[in-house]
Amino acid sequence: MSTEITTDVVVIGAGPCGLFAAFELGLLDLKCHFIDILDRPGGQCAELYPEKPIYDIPGFPVVTGQDLTDNLMAQIAPFAPEFHFNRMVNSIEKQEDGSFKLATDADEIFHAKVVVIAAGGGSFQPKRPPVENIEAFENKSVFYSVRKMDDFHDQDVVIVGGSDSALDWTLNLQPIVRSLTLVHRRAVFKAAPASVNKMQELVGEGKINFLTGQIGKLDGENGQINHVHLITDAGDLSLPATRLLPFFGLTMKLGPVADWGLELNDNTIKVDTEKFETSVLGIFAIGDINWYPGKLKLILSGFHEAALMARAAKAIVSPGERVVFQYTTSSTKLQKKLGVA
Amino acid sequence: MEVIRDWGLNIKAECGGALSCATCHVYVDKDWMDVVGAPSDEEEDMLDSVGDVRANSRLSCQILMSDALDGLKLTLAPSAAKD
Repeated sequence: MSTEITTDVVVIGAGPCGLFAAFELGLLDLKCHFIDILDRPGGQCAELYPEKPIYDIPGFPVVTGQDLTDNLMAQIAPFAPEFHFNRMVNSIEKQEDGSFKLATDADEIFHAKVVVIAAGGGSFQPKRPPVENIEAFENKSVFYSVRKMDDFHDQDVVIVGGSDSALDWTLNLQPIVRSLTLVHRRAVFKAAPASVNKMQELVGEGKINFLTGQIGKLDGENGQINHVHLITDAGDLSLPATRLLPFFGLTMKLGPVADWGLELNDNTIKVDTEKFETSVLGIFAIGDINWYPGKLKLILSGFHEAALMARAAKAIVSPGERVVFQYTTSSTKLQKKLGVA
Repeated sequence: MEVIRDWGLNIKAECGGALSCATCHVYVDKDWMDVVGAPSDEEEDMLDSVGDVRANSRLSCQILMSDALDGLKLTLAPSAAKD
């Protein structure tokens, strides 16, 4: 049976704009639950550029993606938002009373009065290498992650990539496979030096193979590969293989958002600039995923959008309640909510 | 990358030019290789995240347009295409 959770607001996406929304909503006493496909908060800041400096956050001459995420998490901590990671919202249905029912791919149902889509560029998915017919083999003999080690037991495995994921799985799977070949386009790895050394030791001992090259084509039938064709500097070669693990990082796909009946503008969601509400009353969109005339995909714009959205969300969750505009610098009420007064 | 994107060509350019994603991958025409130059180390690292790298691969967000590049010929790599 699916888990059911009832809350004021569900925020889809725990990137910087979504996180700050929990602050603005929290000041108005609205409770948030986050749903994110990644395994941690921060969105693109954490996944694409955790170590890269950002120079255009007001008040921070320079801050890294990870530090910005950590600071936002500290800032919203007084409101105790709840996080549901590693899952994706599949569907949103408007109920007769105007509230929403959301279903995730982790078999949960969320009931919320307001939905905030802060999903950036969509959901992160593994990058699919540009290889013809690869879809036909996916989840049968081509995998983008290792869910069950058993699937690789006694198999002829080809791992492609030069990242930590590629190296980690080379080392983890080596003891249980029949053969393992690591393929990378060059002999330079952007991975932990200890893993690279260990991999090179295994190559030296003849326990694994390493080839520089790229995947050209896959042979097989009924979803089961039998050969991986490689394009290498030394010419093309065909490698017998029963499992392929390409590790090329993540990319963003709009995903199910496109099917929620919202008015779109080329992979972004149309909103108004007063409330940042979508074409569906009660569903808001903030940050990189929304569009309006003059839109700039900046984190600071998303922060502003979150503040205005929160006022409109409050009016939906607590209709008729008068909301007095207050400043955190002077309002004891707000300071109490923040736990500082 | 901005020029390619703003003309509505099929380029994902996911990170918007931050050298963080490799979805603006292009092949530089052989006559232009010397003028455009080689990728930086960081760009080479980023190119590890696509499966169709060639000797003339560059990330177009790292090619700064100038008069010297007037007439530049590029081919969009399959890995740069939108879904």
